[in-house]
Amino acid sequence: MKEIRKLRRFQAPVWSEPVVMEMGGPGERGILVPESEDEIKATVGEAESYIPRQMRRQAPPKLPELSQPQVLRHYLHLSQQNLGMEENIEIGTGTATMKYSPKVNEMLVRLPQVTEVHPLQNEQTIQGILEIVYQLDMFLREISGLDRFTFQPSGGSLATFTNACLFRAYHGSRGELPQRDEVITTIFSHPCNAATARAAGFKVITLMPDENGYPDAEALKSACSERTAGLMITNPEDTGIFNPKVKTFTETVHAVGGLCFYDQANANGLLGITRAKEAGFDACHFNLHKTFSSPHGSFGPGCAGYGVSEELSKFLPVPVVTFDEEAYHLDYARPHSIGRVREFFGNIPAVVRAYAWIRSLGAEGLLESSRVAVINNNYLSKLLLEIPGVVRHYDENEFRLELTRFSWEKLKEDTGCGTDDVRRRMTDYGLQGHFMSHHPWIVPEPFTPEPCETYSKEDIDYFAAVLKQISHEAYTNPELVRTAPHNATTHKPDSAPLNDPKKWAMTWRAYVRK
Amino acid sequence: MKKEFIPTYPYIPNSAPGIKARMLEAIGVQDVDELYGVIPEELRLRRGLNLPQPLLAEYELAREVRRILSKNRSCEDYLNFMGGGCWQHHVPAVCDEINGRSEFLTAYGGTSYNNLGRFQTHFEFQSQMGELLDMDVVSVPTYSWGTAAGYAVRMAARLTGRQEVLMPKTVSPERLAVIRSFAGSAWMGGHIECRTVEYDRNTGLLDLQDLEKTISDKTAAVYTENPTYLGSIESQGLAIAELAHEHGGLSIVGVDPISLGLLTPPSHYGADIVVGTAQPLGIHMNCGGGAIGFIATRDEEAYVAEFPLFLISITHTSAEGEYGFGQCSFERTSYVGRERAKDWVGTVSGLWTITAAVYMSLMGPQGFVDMGRTIIQKNQYARKQLSALKGVEILLGASSFKEFVVNFDKTGKNVRHINEALLDDQIFGGKDISAEFPELGQSALYCVTEIHSREDIQRLASSLREVLA
Repeated sequence: MKEIRKLRRFQAPVWSEPVVMEMGGPGERGILVPESEDEIKATVGEAESYIPRQMRRQAPPKLPELSQPQVLRHYLHLSQQNLGMEENIEIGTGTATMKYSPKVNEMLVRLPQVTEVHPLQNEQTIQGILEIVYQLDMFLREISGLDRFTFQPSGGSLATFTNACLFRAYHGSRGELPQRDEVITTIFSHPCNAATARAAGFKVITLMPDENGYPDAEALKSACSERTAGLMITNPEDTGIFNPKVKTFTETVHAVGGLCFYDQANANGLLGITRAKEAGFDACHFNLHKTFSSPHGSFGPGCAGYGVSEELSKFLPVPVVTFDEEAYHLDYARPHSIGRVREFFGNIPAVVRAYAWIRSLGAEGLLESSRVAVINNNYLSKLLLEIPGVVRHYDENEFRLELTRFSWEKLKEDTGCGTDDVRRRMTDYGLQGHFMSHHPWIVPEPFTPEPCETYSKEDIDYFAAVLKQISHEAYTNPELVRTAPHNATTHKPDSAPLNDPKKWAMTWRAYVRK
Repeated sequence: MKKEFIPTYPYIPNSAPGIKARMLEAIGVQDVDELYGVIPEELRLRRGLNLPQPLLAEYELAREVRRILSKNRSCEDYLNFMGGGCWQHHVPAVCDEINGRSEFLTAYGGTSYNNLGRFQTHFEFQSQMGELLDMDVVSVPTYSWGTAAGYAVRMAARLTGRQEVLMPKTVSPERLAVIRSFAGSAWMGGHIECRTVEYDRNTGLLDLQDLEKTISDKTAAVYTENPTYLGSIESQGLAIAELAHEHGGLSIVGVDPISLGLLTPPSHYGADIVVGTAQPLGIHMNCGGGAIGFIATRDEEAYVAEFPLFLISITHTSAEGEYGFGQCSFERTSYVGRERAKDWVGTVSGLWTITAAVYMSLMGPQGFVDMGRTIIQKNQYARKQLSALKGVEILLGASSFKEFVVNFDKTGKNVRHINEALLDDQIFGGKDISAEFPELGQSALYCVTEIHSREDIQRLASSLREVLA
């Protein structure tokens, strides 16, 4: 480890920015709207006369009135009070793969050939976009071994919902839906698998880990029956542990007539290493905003490539992009399709970024990105396990893949400072606080870093040095950690009103009223 | 074994020579494959992926992607009259400036300590949309209008304990398809039946008599859209909501908020849940990538409890006079509740939420009023210009917002051929709805917004005149 001699001094910007509803003054204008030309006005007269009386708004909306520089300054200040992955070493936000999104790709998706395209344009006029969608489909087929992808879901959870709809359509087509009403998942799979399966009408069975952190193969066997619609799991799981018996899992589910879905939202350690097909999966999805570099955009829009086997492809949402060796087409004539999970055919800017990212790296580069992600993670593990207060559960599994679930349990016992305290203190060092765990917390006081291939050895050393320093602080001056952050934009929010119907306020008007 | 050549990738710092070896040494392994030892050999891909050769230099990549994208013809190249769920409006430069800020573009979730900017901006979206809608609770938006409507229908079913929703046949077929996915399968528990109600062929408005016949004590909600998919301004909102309420059901209204400078917000005519899109509010069409959808309700505990989406609440912090922000009743969401949650939430449309907040701040009250006036006047002008053409008829009455139905039956030509001919004049004609609404014959849904000049509309009319001659 390169010695990190000095941690950075960091102070987050503090602008004490008012809420926009309090700003500006009567009559100020931020932008003007084109007026109708005189001839139009003369021809048609007052707009209001075309609105049925009861549909004429009586008073204008009480929006703020601001001039343009003031609007710009306000939101620039707010942006400065936000920490993007480009501004920090965002290793802490594990499971989310805070990967560098190349600037050149951002420039490309902001060209009018992307932004100013209407999704219902004649196919001849969107051949460029259709080609990219189709080619990305082909790339993901090769990466997964599956046979056809859609990009309609604009988020990972919408992809798992799409999958639950496909389970429904498949068993429905075989007349088995009424009795096949159970979906099996694991507690360390992303919670959206359980939630979306339930929303699609299934009962959910959740497998707990065995003592080594693997999903319990025996429990799976007892859960499987003629009521099993399918399996929806992540691998490696939230813990970073890869289930080596995964093929047995898919075989067990297939043996009772169920389908198997592989949540590969985060596949960042596996490109060119292992594929959904060989493990026996019928379907999978990749988050283009994780593994394939599209930025997270302050919680979206993301995009998922959702792919299935040949047998299931007739159920995919419409339209599907096809190619007849001359031109690309949008195929809507698919009678078995589940229909739609969202309007149009995908978050196209994310598709273009993912396409460009894959083109920039090629097969060797993809493999290298995964290998480096796994090396980075295991290297970070070495460093973190030397820090007093850090423990790793399920230690029989010596190596993890792209991320690792650790625990500050020991630190909490020794100092009273737990994972949430450390997370807040990280803010003082200019780092995004670490992701702890999805619920429930099976591992106590959890945290889950993911040093994907974006981060240099020096970055990783620095990240570890910060956690080491915070551990040291917890042992020597726990109050400093407990009362953190000290250099952040804001202080500890009072959480009581957030859950109190008398005080919560989702709008400024509600806040003023209450 | 031949030493494999791996280039140094600018996006992968540790691909630089020598670094990996030092890191592997620190880990205590000889080869990266040992780290993958847990993956059984039968699952390992022991060949290279079959992908195109990499375009390693940024210049090569940009040139190639530009080459492919240049095959597109955008709505800057051509004159566009398509809407139908994705609309071309002017995007203020400040909107793009803010959503291009790397602090917003490249952040994810996190807490308000690090990401106060997102929390506050999302709250400001909710607050401003709340003013447009005249409603107190607005969500952080989800994926699209259709998905918001799907969630709203499920909320209504839970709130009423009923499993049927009614909607006019004019609902966007695309959104209806999404709603149906959310409504579930008739073979399974929890299925919500979607039934359609007739509309008046002369006005495009919901057929109240048919609604009276169809509605019952099984009805969870009546879902309507305003302006409708076919462009009409639905004026019977109050009667529809009253009917729903008389039968113990709810009124859900889908709305295009860019209309709300001039049009009455749904909360004034009895809507219990309002959904809609924010794409017209400063978000590029992005070939459908600009989709985003919100849900709004009154501030009642029972309603808030049924939201699947994030709700940002304002609060105070430990520092005197400082605003704080946080998630309202986070326990509702699937991040905590898994299968016991209210449906699900995930990565949704955060950057577009920020963009729409900026847009509403720029526009202010007068901006939305002006926008409504310009759109309606230009629409009426376009209707006049097109209806003057021989055989062309504007259907569904005189009252429309930014879209209207143009019928070509009496020209003897079908929409497909007309639109193909318009394409030769570099015009995207209105969306062909002859398959979606066969009862309207050879009809197209034309969209006119503030971006269309008088000359643009005249160009369309003269081009159509030639095409139809």
